[in-house]
Amino acid sequence: MSDTDIEYLLAERGLSRQLGAWVIGAAFGREGRSLHFGLGDGSVHVVDLAARGADWTSVEAHKGAVLSLCADGKDGALTGGDDGRVMRIAPDGTVTELQKFGSKWIEHVASHESGIRAAGVSKAVHVIDAKGNVQKSLAHPSTVGGIAFDTKGKRIAASHYNGASLWFVGAKEDRPRVLDWKGSHAAIAIHPDGSHVVTAMQEMALHGWRLADGQHMRMSGYPSKTHSISFTSKGKWLATSGAESVVLWPFFGGGPMGKAPTELAGGDGVMCTRVACHPQHEMVAAGFEDGLVLLSDINSGRIVPVAPPGEGGISALAWNANGTLLAFGTEKGFSGVLDLSARA
Amino acid sequence: MSDTAPVPVTVLTGYLGAGKTTLLNRILTENHGKKFAVVINEFGELGVDNDLVVDADEEVFEMNNGCICCTVRGDLIRILSGLMKRREKFDGIIVETTGLADPAPVAQTFFVDEDVKRATKLDAIVTVVDAKHLLARLDDTKEAEEQIAFADLILLNKMDLVSEAEAVEVERRIRAINPMVELIRSTKSDAPIDSVIGRDAFNLDRILAREPDFLSGDDDHEHDSDINSISFEVSRPIDPEKFNTWMTDLLAAKGQDLLRTKGILAYPGEDRRFAFQAVHMIADGDYIGPWKEGDPRKSKIVFIGRDLNRPQLRRGFEACQVDAAS
Repeated sequence: MSDTDIEYLLAERGLSRQLGAWVIGAAFGREGRSLHFGLGDGSVHVVDLAARGADWTSVEAHKGAVLSLCADGKDGALTGGDDGRVMRIAPDGTVTELQKFGSKWIEHVASHESGIRAAGVSKAVHVIDAKGNVQKSLAHPSTVGGIAFDTKGKRIAASHYNGASLWFVGAKEDRPRVLDWKGSHAAIAIHPDGSHVVTAMQEMALHGWRLADGQHMRMSGYPSKTHSISFTSKGKWLATSGAESVVLWPFFGGGPMGKAPTELAGGDGVMCTRVACHPQHEMVAAGFEDGLVLLSDINSGRIVPVAPPGEGGISALAWNANGTLLAFGTEKGFSGVLDLSARA
Repeated sequence: MSDTAPVPVTVLTGYLGAGKTTLLNRILTENHGKKFAVVINEFGELGVDNDLVVDADEEVFEMNNGCICCTVRGDLIRILSGLMKRREKFDGIIVETTGLADPAPVAQTFFVDEDVKRATKLDAIVTVVDAKHLLARLDDTKEAEEQIAFADLILLNKMDLVSEAEAVEVERRIRAINPMVELIRSTKSDAPIDSVIGRDAFNLDRILAREPDFLSGDDDHEHDSDINSISFEVSRPIDPEKFNTWMTDLLAAKGQDLLRTKGILAYPGEDRRFAFQAVHMIADGDYIGPWKEGDPRKSKIVFIGRDLNRPQLRRGFEACQVDAAS
């Protein structure tokens, strides 16, 4: 199949922009009004989705680089930078400093729709309330490699060296449940039903813990490090980057223990760098090292090409809350947004 | 996928007070036409306000990969990949380590982590030493020796405080530990920046650019130091399979004591030189340019480490030659 035979959705249903710096993350506001791209030059580009064909607003959020970005509580986005600051970006592009943590890099931010936020700063996870005040600071034995809230916003998981810690956000006394596993853990996710915690490791494998009985899950065989993990909406599958295909681990029928993963969209010899599962359907968006973006229906294995290779490795991928829009960004500063809603 | 050239990284080691901070301040403030991101241990130690100065935590992690001495700097992996997101803002990166740090985890990070390996290249390990106090340091700490052993380049600083005779003795002690290192004398860390940065010393092409004296006899015993170096050369070509087997076993068994190993090998029927280097157990090797016309194709190897068993290493290397009795 040559490139010229392929029709990419971006041409027909999308629009794209060159943003001029490494796109570190993309996030739609939870209420659906805006889309935010965080960049390596410290700026955040804010897209008013109702007028997305017009110019996108660029705002200065951080002095160095934006290092982390996620949707904020109800709307807008939350960013962390290498200037030690945690910022809120409102849907209209207004930038507000929520906290400043000295000279430390803010490599991880997370939020929940209830309004609670978290920032991973060195060995601490600071829980920040809806007003922007630090509610508590959770200490870890080594630098935090990733943070994630559970679906209800009641627990927060943080990965670090030799395992992960699971905290109750509202607990009076802060004592984590420590999930041990030797090695260095980074990207982290909690299963949508709260039953499992999964991390991606320095050692080119994933590790998981079934919380009911502490059962370990080892998911290995990756040719490179996994940076991106995403559960499907009901948690049936865990989609992962780090291989020359989208690797999906089954979280049903006793899996993933003892089960082989399903591989989608492989065969091109190009590494998958980002995955994002659709918020409702069993469908996954995947970005590759050469800039290719595609959609894959997990059950049928059907592939829909979204964006062609050539504009830099995919470094950001995000769905809006109802799954009608998909945004992506690349290491070279190329970005796009696709409209996948049914046409009237 | 990045089609831009890897960013060179200089590792700067040395004891407290040797002159590292002076050198860093010069690199950051002098007008030399280049911009550097600097990873330091203690924020505020540099008197400059610069958003390219990054605070590190020196977190040394053991890799859970069955390699017992395979340690990496976890913070460095994160910091380097963070810096890559604005790589157009600087020409190179300098990583400072504390005077008490073992340089091995820093060096190993560049061989072990694939993201770091893809985006950056280790340029050189530069050690700043205080000419006046080095001998005392060598006697009372193992870190000072390790920093000498790992160095590609040593800035022999505070030369204004020592006599020529003292300087010669310090250099002799340094050479006994590391015969391949390049030595630059300086006062107040005043060496030209481009003699320190951008040396490309870790490039396999430049391996053994400074050749030690290849001594064949056993008359070279230096017992001043815990760490020593030994080197051998052989005339007959090296059998790649024998060499790989020997080196794999040697690094597995003795890797903790072998700080740095470097070699240039003549393989049978091959016009290119094969270059090889290892930091503890982690090895890297590739073909480099051709042998010079008319030059003898001698294979050479240098070990820097502790408790080196000279006869055993020599027999091992000699047995890698083709037609050698195995």
